[in-house]
Formats: sequence, structure tokens, C-alpha cells
Amino acid sequence: MTVTVDRPATTEPTAQHALDVVRRARRAPLRHHRRLLTGLVLALVGAFAARVLLGDFTVTVPDFVRILGGEQIPGATYIVMESKLPRAVLAVLVGVAFGVGGAIFQTTLRNPLASPDIVGVSLGASAAAISAIALAGWTGWPVSAAAILGALAVALTVRAVAGDHGGFRLVLAGIGLAAAMQSVIQYVFTRVDEYDVQLVLRWLTGSVNGVAWQAIGLLALALAVLLPATAWAARSLRATELGDDAAAGLGVGRGRTDLLMLLGVLLVAVGVAAAGPVAFVAFLSGPIARALNRGRTTLPAAGLVGAVIVLAGDYAGAYAFADLNLPVGVVTGAFGAPFLLWLLARGPLTGHRRRRAA
Amino acid sequence: MTALVPTRDDVSRAPGGGQRRRPALPVSVAISVVALAGAGALSLLVGARALPLEAVWDAAHPLHPVVEARLDRTVLGLAVGAALGLAGALMQGLTRNPLADPGILGVNAGATFAMVVGMTAFGLSGMGAFLPLAFLGAAVAAAAVHGIASLGRDGATPMKLAITGAALSAGLASWTTGLLLADRKTMESFRFWQVGTVAGRGTDVLLAGLPFLVLGALLALAGARLLNTLALGDDLARGLGRHTTRDRLVIAVAIVLLAGTATALAGPIAFVGLVVPHVVRALVGPDHRRLLPFSMLGGAVLVVVADTVGRVVLPPSEVQVGIMAAAVGVPVFLALIRRTGRAL
Repeated sequence: MTVTVDRPATTEPTAQHALDVVRRARRAPLRHHRRLLTGLVLALVGAFAARVLLGDFTVTVPDFVRILGGEQIPGATYIVMESKLPRAVLAVLVGVAFGVGGAIFQTTLRNPLASPDIVGVSLGASAAAISAIALAGWTGWPVSAAAILGALAVALTVRAVAGDHGGFRLVLAGIGLAAAMQSVIQYVFTRVDEYDVQLVLRWLTGSVNGVAWQAIGLLALALAVLLPATAWAARSLRATELGDDAAAGLGVGRGRTDLLMLLGVLLVAVGVAAAGPVAFVAFLSGPIARALNRGRTTLPAAGLVGAVIVLAGDYAGAYAFADLNLPVGVVTGAFGAPFLLWLLARGPLTGHRRRRAA
Repeated sequence: MTALVPTRDDVSRAPGGGQRRRPALPVSVAISVVALAGAGALSLLVGARALPLEAVWDAAHPLHPVVEARLDRTVLGLAVGAALGLAGALMQGLTRNPLADPGILGVNAGATFAMVVGMTAFGLSGMGAFLPLAFLGAAVAAAAVHGIASLGRDGATPMKLAITGAALSAGLASWTTGLLLADRKTMESFRFWQVGTVAGRGTDVLLAGLPFLVLGALLALAGARLLNTLALGDDLARGLGRHTTRDRLVIAVAIVLLAGTATALAGPIAFVGLVVPHVVRALVGPDHRRLLPFSMLGGAVLVVVADTVGRVVLPPSEVQVGIMAAAVGVPVFLALIRRTGRAL
């Protein structure tokens, strides 16, 4: 097989030359992906710095370093260590968890609408977590366990209802279950003795405000286990994307896909246990990362995009509106929904590309 | 030669296809009336404290005031349920979509959002201000959902309508929360309303909304024939001399009036409008001249029963109607998806 290259006849294309052309062409997406990740990391660092240093109470970089070193600066130490830094760290962790989890859902189900926040998995985790907290009085890791159980229950129910149909049926079943989970959450609110606005905001819309370092550590620990596992399980993601049959033909069994989905559910659940179901982050990150990566799926970029979205949303919610401290979930919901509507209006993307015979 | 004008038999067969044995009309009427009376009686007698029957008519009975308090919520439940059942049947007929419901398609969320904007931004209060706001929000949301879902190649499919409605609801819920956060006082009064409840509202609230409910119901019942013709498809309906756009508009106005008023009175209650028409259709068939009135009755029964059960199911607190409706409605929704999945 020869590769025809348009060049003067004097320089005959050699086999070596053809190899170079092919190699360059094959490496181009990888190079672009590496550049994209670098750019996203820079954006993330920028957003993180802005979140921690700027705002109503600005902190200089030297001061920040001194505070991290353990030095006590009256006022500043408290604000940075108890408010700004935990918020920013949690935003990054939650964003990564939702971004990667959402991209796993969208890729393995081959439908951008089938993200955990739309098909009710996030709300399922939230409903279980708030029930455990408000009705059973649990704290710490049992809450995360409850969230995981809730997310799994919703995911399995959706799958049982939708059967083998990855497409519209799954999304519709998920929407119905999401409504049911919302009712559960609202019921729990009517049961708590005192109407705690912060509690409502955290578990209905998602908020990174006022979370203890302990909970953040728990989330970091969970991610330290789940993300490497995802990286291992996602090696064959590009085969999975082709659909069950094609993937099986390429030697990637259904078990691998299921494992990946399970990891996606776990990622979303631990994220929800820490910060609540931050609306539309899981839904938005995957498609944005994909568009930035010239149409190729990328889990790392999705995680980074998710982190940037949550950081930016939290910053906007805290400072964009005068004397109004909006939780991040309100901001992402308010701006994520139009994107979803736009995606629907665009038409072709809403269709599953592979319409299966029923 | 086949008849050009559909006979009653054709119409009743058209959307569902295949005749099933259904109870005769008098039987259906009897079932509905008994159900309605039973639901009303239960709603008066059952609650945190069960009442003896005498308390209902004996004005001197020590427990009579409890009956009066329960009467308010029972009547409100009947009115709101009738409106929601009717609105759901109208939406399903208008969009020829088995999954249509004012809650699912974002109409209730639109009404809620408009009311919250009126309260927080313009300081409006009272039913006189809420009702027009609710109508406005419901109309804009319905138009937006339908408009967005109609874009693209395959038009407004049931699935696109449902997802567009869910997306709009989610976005509007975020905006609503944002506005409420700025105004804690409104938030407190919104706490229970937002879940959907018929408890704790006075007779004056119902009286303010009643004219619009009656108007919407009359429009709807008068439009039953229009829906029957529309069910044959646009081409055939036009061939029969109908102005399909105008007919649609009449039905849409009725939906906005009914769903908007119901939301203003009792908060956003989903799934009643979804479940009731399906149950009723199994009982009386797809002819809208029967479907619509029976959906009214069915909705009223469902909301009142849901309210009554919600009072006693998890003591000591009450479970709001909106939550109970979701508990009943979601399984039906899932079953519908399983059954109609092929067509989506």
C-alpha cells in the first residue's frame, strides 16, 4: 500500500517518508489533547487562584503562602483557611468527580442527554444522603455510603425500565425518577424541625459553602481510589463508544462497560455526598471537553472542565450579584439549562446516532 | 364507499386503535360519582384525628370546627384536581403525546417562576396579582417548550417535548431559587406552597381562582369536538373544514387557564394530569367528549385521596399532595415509557 503525496516527481516518496506522514497524522490528536490538558490546567490554576485570592476579601500571594505555612494573620487566616480555601478545594474535587462521571455516562450510553444529573442519579444520591442526615442522624462516611446506595438504586431502576434501549427511553425514565427523587428530598425538608435554608440549598441545588475539611478529605480519599480505577477501566473507552456489539467484537466485553458505569455512579455519588447535586456540571463538562478536543472523547479534560465550571460558578454566585450569596448549583442550573435547550433545539445531536430497532 | 365524515365509532377508535370492552357509560358515571363522594367523605373524616360521622352535620358537635377546616382543603383539592386532570387530558390530546402533563412540560414551573418574580421584584401579593402572573408564566413556558421542541427535523416528538420541559423546569427552578434567596421572607411563605399543597388556604383563595377554572373548563369541554378532529391528523382535520391553528389556540388557552390557576392555588403539582387521562381512557375510551369530563372527575378524586392519604401515611407530619402525586405518578410514568417506548 502506498501513500500518494503531492510533491515534485524528482523526490520519490520513500517508505520511510510515508511512515512519517502517517505517524504525524496519528499523533496530531494526541498532541492536541496534550495541549488542551495543559491549557485547562492553566485555566484551573487561574480560576483557583482567583477564587482564593480575590473577591470581597483579597489576599496577596505572599500572605497566602505564609498562611499556608501556618502563620497566623489576624482575620486573613480564618477567612482563607475556613472559608475560601475549603470552598475552592471542594469545588475542584466535586467538579472533577462530576465532570468525569458525567462523561462516562454520556460516552458509554452514547447520548449527551444521558448524564447523571438529568437521569436522576445525582438526585438519587442527594435524596439518600439527606434522608440519612435528617431522618437517621448520620454523619461522616455513612452519609457517603447512603449516597452511593441511592445513586445505584436510581441507576439500576433506570436501566431496568429502559431495558436495552440506551436512547430516549432511558432519558425519559431518568427524568421521571429525577422528579420522584426531588419529591423525596422535599418531603425530608418538611420533616426537619427547623427550616434550614443552607440544608435545602445544599441538597436540592448543590453548594460548596460551609463544608468541613473532614468531608473534603473524605472526598479526596474516594477520588484517589476512583480516578485511577477509572483510568484503568477507561482504556478501552473508544471501543465502548462504538456500541455494545462492536465493542464485543473488538474484545471489550459488557463487563468492562458495566464496570465503567459503576465507577461513574460512584464518582457522582461521592461528589453529591460532599456538595449536593450541583446542577448540570456533569451534563455540561463532557460535551464542552469533547468540543475543545475536536470531537474526541476525553475523560481527563472533562474532569478539568467540570472543575473550572464549579469554581467559576461558585465565584460568580458569591460575588457577581451584590449582597447576594448564591450557591453554585443555582448559577450552574441557571446557565446550564439554556445550553441544554440549545442542544435540543439544534436537533441532530439529540438523536441517538444509532437508532436501534425495538 | 367510505364515509368522509368520521362517525362516532371511527372517532372513538381512531387514536387508540383496536376496540376493547369497556364498561357501559352509566356504569362509568356511577363509578365516578361513588368515587367522588367516597373521596370527599374520607377527606372530611380522616386525618390526624379521625372524626365520627355525626360531627359533619351536627354544628354543635365539639369537633365540628375540624370538619370546617377540612372542608376548605377538600373543596380546594376537588377544584385543583379537576383542573389538573382536565389540563392533562387536553395536553395529551393537543400534542398527541401520551407523556404530556402540565408538570412535565414545564407549564407549572413557568407559572411558579412568574409568580416569584412578581413577588420578589415587584412586591406583588394576593391572588388578584398571582393569577395573571401565573397565566402569563404558564403561557410563555408552554409556548417556549413547544417552540423549542418543534425545531429540528422530526418536530415535537413526545420525548423531545418531555426533555425540553424538564430542561426548562430545571432552569426556571434555579432562577426561582436565586430570586427566593434574595428575599428570605418570601422563601418562608413559599416553603410548603412550592411542594404543592391544598392545606391551609382560605375560602377566599379558592373563590378568586374559581371563575378562571370554570372558564377554562367550559372552553375545554366545548373544545372536545375540536380535539376529536385534531386527533385525526392536521390534513384530515383541515379537509373537514377546521381551522387547525385556531382550534389549537382555543385548547391552549384552556390549558393555560386551568394549569395556571391550579398552580396559583395549590403550587406546582405534577403527574396528576399524566395519570388520570390514561386511567380514564381505559374506562371510557379515547372520545374526548367523554374523556374530558371523566378526567375532571378523576383528577378531583385523585388529588383529594392523595391529600387524605398524605395526612395519615407517615404520622405525625403530613405528606403534601405534590409529593403524594409524584409517588403515584412516577410508577405510571415509568410503565408508560416501557409500554410506549417503541413509538418514541
